[in-house]
Amino acid sequence: MEFFRIKKDIPFMRHALVFNVISLITFLAAVFFLATRGLHLSIEFTGGTLVEVGYAQSADIEKIRKQLDTDGFVDTQVQNFGSSRDVLIRVPLLKTERKDTETSKVGERVMASLAKVSDGGTPTLKRVEFVGPQVGKELAEDGAMALLLVVIGIVVYLAFRFEWRFAVSAIIANLHDVIIILGFFAFFQWEFSLPVLAAVLAVLGYSVNESVVVFDRVRETFKKKRGLTTPEVLNHAITSTISRTIITHGSTQMMVTSMLIFGGAALHYFALALTIGILFGIYSSVLVASPLVMWMGVSREQFIKAKKDKPEGMTEDGACV
Amino acid sequence: MNRFPLWKNALIAVTLVLGLLYTLPNFFGEVPAVQVSSIKATIKVDTQLLSRVEDTLKTAAIAHTGLFADQHSIRVRLADTDTQLKAKDVIEKALNPDPSDSSYSVALNLLSASPSWLTGIHALPMYLGLDLRGGVHFLLQVDMKGALTKRLDSTGADLRSLLRDKNIRHGGIGRERETIVIKFRDADSRDKARGVIADAQPDLDLTDRQDAGDSGDFKLTATLKQTAEKRIQEFAIKQNITTLHNRINELGVAEPVIQQQGADRIVVQLPGVQDTAKAKDILGRTATLELRMVDDESSGNASVMELAAKGQPPVSTEYYVERGGRPLLVRKQVMLTGERLTDAQAGFDSQTQEPAVHLTLDSAGARIFKDLTRDNVGKRMAILLVEKGKGEVVTAPVIRTEIGGGRVQISGRMSTVEANDVALLLRAGSLAAPMEIIEERTIGPSLGADNIAKGFNSTMWGFIAIAVFMTIYYLLFGFVSVVALSANLLFLVALLSLLQATLTLPGIAAIALTLGMAIDANVLINERVREELRGGNTPQAAITAGYERAWATILDSNVTTLIAGVALLIFGSGPVRGFAVVHCLGILTSMFSSVVLSRGLINLIYGRRRKLMSLSIGQIWKPGVKTK
Repeated sequence: MEFFRIKKDIPFMRHALVFNVISLITFLAAVFFLATRGLHLSIEFTGGTLVEVGYAQSADIEKIRKQLDTDGFVDTQVQNFGSSRDVLIRVPLLKTERKDTETSKVGERVMASLAKVSDGGTPTLKRVEFVGPQVGKELAEDGAMALLLVVIGIVVYLAFRFEWRFAVSAIIANLHDVIIILGFFAFFQWEFSLPVLAAVLAVLGYSVNESVVVFDRVRETFKKKRGLTTPEVLNHAITSTISRTIITHGSTQMMVTSMLIFGGAALHYFALALTIGILFGIYSSVLVASPLVMWMGVSREQFIKAKKDKPEGMTEDGACV
Repeated sequence: MNRFPLWKNALIAVTLVLGLLYTLPNFFGEVPAVQVSSIKATIKVDTQLLSRVEDTLKTAAIAHTGLFADQHSIRVRLADTDTQLKAKDVIEKALNPDPSDSSYSVALNLLSASPSWLTGIHALPMYLGLDLRGGVHFLLQVDMKGALTKRLDSTGADLRSLLRDKNIRHGGIGRERETIVIKFRDADSRDKARGVIADAQPDLDLTDRQDAGDSGDFKLTATLKQTAEKRIQEFAIKQNITTLHNRINELGVAEPVIQQQGADRIVVQLPGVQDTAKAKDILGRTATLELRMVDDESSGNASVMELAAKGQPPVSTEYYVERGGRPLLVRKQVMLTGERLTDAQAGFDSQTQEPAVHLTLDSAGARIFKDLTRDNVGKRMAILLVEKGKGEVVTAPVIRTEIGGGRVQISGRMSTVEANDVALLLRAGSLAAPMEIIEERTIGPSLGADNIAKGFNSTMWGFIAIAVFMTIYYLLFGFVSVVALSANLLFLVALLSLLQATLTLPGIAAIALTLGMAIDANVLINERVREELRGGNTPQAAITAGYERAWATILDSNVTTLIAGVALLIFGSGPVRGFAVVHCLGILTSMFSSVVLSRGLINLIYGRRRKLMSLSIGQIWKPGVKTK
């Protein structure tokens, strides 16, 4: 079986401008939603208390909400989690001057309050999470630092292995992925939690692979085949790796889809972030990174120069072709 | 010809065997067990206790399937939960005859059911995180400022008595935030004081200060040196951890985790505990040290002691049994409490070279101690540790001379280990600095089991989907890729088991994701081999070229993924760290399995055939050539 029977190199680069415009529009839209709606951060970042309870029958969310209101909880969010019998309650941190030991007892107070709900049945406590204000701020900072480290690490590595033009375009293409994933989370107001952050970073490293594979081919083609223009080389590199790109991403997506189906609510947004990341990863690392390399003026000479150190003097002639 | 040298094949075989061996314990599941650990730092878990537990079970006719001892606990493996409960009761009764004063905690636990030869080579099942097994997780922030101000306050008191001893007049000593300010009437006494303080308190930085407003006031400010500050903070967190250890042992938690995180935080994880209120109560409780005099006269009187042992001690005394078993009567009046203790360290007597414990008292404590020892030479004093309202006489030494300067040494009849224990115990009495809970997570046991099932199912179905696709698309090469992927899973699980890294739900997700990404290497190889065939290479040459050319790409792409993984490892905390560990390990194992192992298999299948005409890698379509 073989999916891809491509006779000639597909002229991707002819449409380079179109791809870049599409990217720019999605990117701007993502930035717009991030700016206007913002991310719906989980309590890991904002601080607060999260209580997950399970009921024997379907839970009456309205009643729970009312009971919590009468018991003096402010701005609580009550929602179903996974099934109608599971309820997730989020209590934000109190802004008033109260001692932290007080806030760490919110979980117990919520349980006491839930027990009072009339004919609601007795809930079983599944999970309580309390995060103090100082932790949340740190997590956000650490997340930003991790992202920065990934970006620097990848740029340095690619610049070292290939050329700075490749490094810069690969990272621009993939950072634009990250922004788009965040844009989705902002637009749909999906909960952005720590595992989602991990997924975003993992997918960043993974999508860069894609650019690496294409760039590897670009380098090889530049060295092997003479007389091709830069767009032709890029077209050839993309065409000859497209089969691998689709199959690899397809396989990874199979795993992620399985997580989306069987992983339950806990892994839902994690898998969702990966899905968006993988889909946009194919597009951006191939169809955004390559045009960028082209605009930046990559050419055969850059690779021939690199070969100069080797004893064969023949390469000098190659530059003249 | 595609053949691996013998050592390479042997390497693959050895890694596979090791992988299997260390993965094996995960399949045996868990059996009920009873765990015995010591509550008191002075009581050690040793072989004697082991045989005691064994005898107890034998007399009660309870059959066990294994007895294990490590540094901190004894574990008895039992056939079912009924015998587990029975065994717990029996052991509890035997070891703690007095329920109000128990020395051991006897807890129900689960132990791996893997045979003991596996446990012997350290092949243990993966260590599950709290989100998979249920329990409580606390992150405590140690109030370092509190520890420092506490120290500064006591230093202020020290300075006051120092200046009085040296007859230097001052106009008051006070603390302003992180500095101590001493006022003087004239520059002369300030200079004198500076010299004296610098000698006595090497931890302090001294500077003169002349505020614009107050004329005629000469001020000296003292701040703690950076190194001293650091030392105090390190000491504070160590002491808090020790104290927490001691307290949590009483909870009877099977495998508590108490670790320092960062400079000023402590993680406490209590698997299986659901009652957070009780756990919090215990974490917040304090224990204190007391110094009292021994009633030597009555203690020497056999008939009085006999009565006292029955619960009728003479008026204003209490009956205690000293460590080592000697009973004695201690006066109720408390001479000195642990609040005056600033440090306790194990060491050696400078003259006799006997193991000893060195105590450091603050200035007020030193003064009291000096008076106390001067008035009571030849008598015995008792050092008690009071916990849960119950006291224990740690030691009761004879006072030989008056002891000044606040440095006290306890020595005699102690081994080095005992000296360490006593020092730890004295330090552990109370918290060095206040703590607050800044993060708390409680996960019910049902949710934990649920999470395992969900993680397992996601991985399994994803794996099956990939396996089916690869085999259909690449035929034999696809099948080899799947075998390599299974080996990758095997290695990953084996490594996680071997390292005893904590497996969390994000960790399971990372296993799934890593597998999904690892197949990339094999896709790269297979595509390359196809391409070489398409280019007209012979099958054998195509295998060689395919693997070799793909290798550079695989390396590059794995490095970028690894960079992301390492960044997460450095900056990630909690659940993200679990993800990062698995992700990084998975990338490393995948490089081995997808390149070396799959090549080894291909070599075994095709390598020896001289006249190989085709490879089972799916249809090779060549441009311009019509396929059937």
